[in-house]
Amino acid sequence: MPRNLRRWGPPLLLISPSLILVAVFVYGLLGVNAKTAMTDVHTAAQTTGRAPSSFVGLENFGDLLTSPDFQHSLRNLVLYTVVFLAGTMLFGFLWAWLLDRPVRFEGLFRSIYLFPMAVSFVASGVVWRWLLNSNQGESASGLNRLFQMVGLDFLQNNWWNSVNWGIAAIAIPAVWQLSGYVMALFLAGFRGIPHELREAARMDGASEWKLYRHVLFPQLSPVALSAVIIVGHMSLKAFDLIMSISKPANYQTKVPAIDMYVFKSSFDYASSAAVGVILLVVVAVLIVPYLVHLNRTEKHR
Amino acid sequence: MRTGRRITAVAAGIAAVSLALAACSSGGEGGTDDETGGTGGGDASEVEVFTWWASGSEKLGLDALVGVFEDQHPDTKFVNGAVAGGAGSAAKDLLQSRLQANDPPDTFQAHAGAELQDYIDAGQVEDVSSLYDEFGLRDVFPEDLVDRLTVDGKIYSIPSNIHRANVTWANTQVLTDAGLDPEATYATMDDWFTALDAVKDSGKTALSVATTWTQVQLLETVLLADLGAEGYSGLWDGSTDWASAEVTSALEDFEKLMTYTNTDRDGLDWPDATQQIIDGQAGFNVMGDWAVAAFDEAGKTAGTDYVYFPVPGTDGVFDFLADSFTLPVGAPHPGGAKNWLDTVGSLDGQVAFNKAKGSIPARTDADASEFSEYQQSAITSFGEDTIVSSLAHGAAVPVATLNSISDATSKFTTGASDLATFQSDLAAAAGA
Repeated sequence: MPRNLRRWGPPLLLISPSLILVAVFVYGLLGVNAKTAMTDVHTAAQTTGRAPSSFVGLENFGDLLTSPDFQHSLRNLVLYTVVFLAGTMLFGFLWAWLLDRPVRFEGLFRSIYLFPMAVSFVASGVVWRWLLNSNQGESASGLNRLFQMVGLDFLQNNWWNSVNWGIAAIAIPAVWQLSGYVMALFLAGFRGIPHELREAARMDGASEWKLYRHVLFPQLSPVALSAVIIVGHMSLKAFDLIMSISKPANYQTKVPAIDMYVFKSSFDYASSAAVGVILLVVVAVLIVPYLVHLNRTEKHR
Repeated sequence: MRTGRRITAVAAGIAAVSLALAACSSGGEGGTDDETGGTGGGDASEVEVFTWWASGSEKLGLDALVGVFEDQHPDTKFVNGAVAGGAGSAAKDLLQSRLQANDPPDTFQAHAGAELQDYIDAGQVEDVSSLYDEFGLRDVFPEDLVDRLTVDGKIYSIPSNIHRANVTWANTQVLTDAGLDPEATYATMDDWFTALDAVKDSGKTALSVATTWTQVQLLETVLLADLGAEGYSGLWDGSTDWASAEVTSALEDFEKLMTYTNTDRDGLDWPDATQQIIDGQAGFNVMGDWAVAAFDEAGKTAGTDYVYFPVPGTDGVFDFLADSFTLPVGAPHPGGAKNWLDTVGSLDGQVAFNKAKGSIPARTDADASEFSEYQQSAITSFGEDTIVSSLAHGAAVPVATLNSISDATSKFTTGASDLATFQSDLAAAAGA
């Protein structure tokens, strides 16, 4: 017993402050949020306890999930995530692939591609709001004007003001910002593959495609998985970029995080908390299998 | 290599130390804050005034008001608690959190009317009826206004100014080019549509509008025009049926109006839409009378460069909104707040504030000749017209209802719902 204590005591003592803080401020508050989500606190008076509130179980979740407006938000979230993920993975891989072959000024290109990540979503949103101006024809500005100048008029569109696809336009600046990051991940992956493997494959007469298909891609798949998880959970939490390009009341760009904000400012704390729980579940569905997978591979080693 | 590492370590160390120092210094400030505050009672040593008046004519107005305050109450220190951004939404969010955390400012700005209802229901603001008697405000505010501020026999705020929401602004040059008489006014929506068609044919944007809240303001003036003052007010107290045919035809007019507007509206805010009138890109714009400050700033003259008139069909109705100040429950310096409210309600305070901000005093005893041409016309209207409460600016309905109406409007104007759905969405929002 004292031996065990001597062995476990000091490390446990060392990490206890952060354990306590995480327990209270992360898991404790998650619990409070879940509790709020299961009450009927929908008005200002109830938030201060001047009017009675009661436990309603999962009613708020049912109401939200059956409401067409919230379904629209969820649909927007899926669309945004798909475009954001596909875009960053495609461009990230492409740039990494290009930089992996011997190029001059590689460091310069790397910085150029990585740089947008240093800009905050709010700052870039201000610029992209102007770039994604929906005016066409004579009064066009931003990207639409650029398309006119280079004679690609047919590319003009109303960007984020389209009811069904508007949210995909907001994913464009997000792709612009995060592709460099995915590139860095892939580049590290490429560099981690020993040269001998390529040479051995070439010696065995593998074509360039076969080399990628059977030698390089399998080695890159853990990197790709991490990139999907990181970019994916960022996209599920999308809020600041959408807020700085659009406005919370704009129907075309609503996502659950925006709904949460609008509910909160309407004093509808229960619905707001319920949206928070739904978002947490969605993120967990994505992250937990990854953590389990990671845990397993670590054990195998 | 080794020196490189050492340099990195030193740099990291410096960064860590400076972070720690920054944390200490901000902690220190927090400490002194606590010492001066929180003494309770009738403390009048200072007053923290929470507003979203951080720039432009609003800031000038606040500065002018503070000038009067310092003359009238030299012993109370003014602490500016203004929060910038988002036309007040950032401030309202912060205010909501502070009130929830029992850390209220000494007094805060809120739109008079239904927007206060949430704070009243939550028990977060004090009844200030007794101050009305003490300051003699019942005699100088119009009875209509005092009625609108009274909830169950109690008054919870003192208005600092009055704004009008149903004003149309037009560029005279654009109108002349379209073959219209700039002096003309339009009695009904149908007359206006003819004029809008003319501007549209001349190749300009007929009606400039901006993001959702300005569309809601346009909707409110259309409802006001088609239903009349009584019918419009009935929408908020339940005596007008949202599902009625009159509302349907008003919504049809709104739908038609939206066909005259600029396509990039959702990406703009009101100053951008007003700028289109100033620059001669658009013919008409509906905006509250704070727009007059934008015309002044651009050096435009009323009558020659631009004209203004009540939204067609709303002549004789004053669609009002007002900023007002409250006394929160548990304010750390209630005495200071009381002094501030005294200045807000006083003749000197109202004149100074409104001359700078461009709105008009809530008091009827102010000398109209001290104000600008637009303000004089608004003062006259305010004295004579039927007063109704603005929807878009928190006077007519509580925040939750307004948010639902805004959502329904955005859904409709982006084309995601048809007129029938819009009408039932609105009815559901107003019933909620």
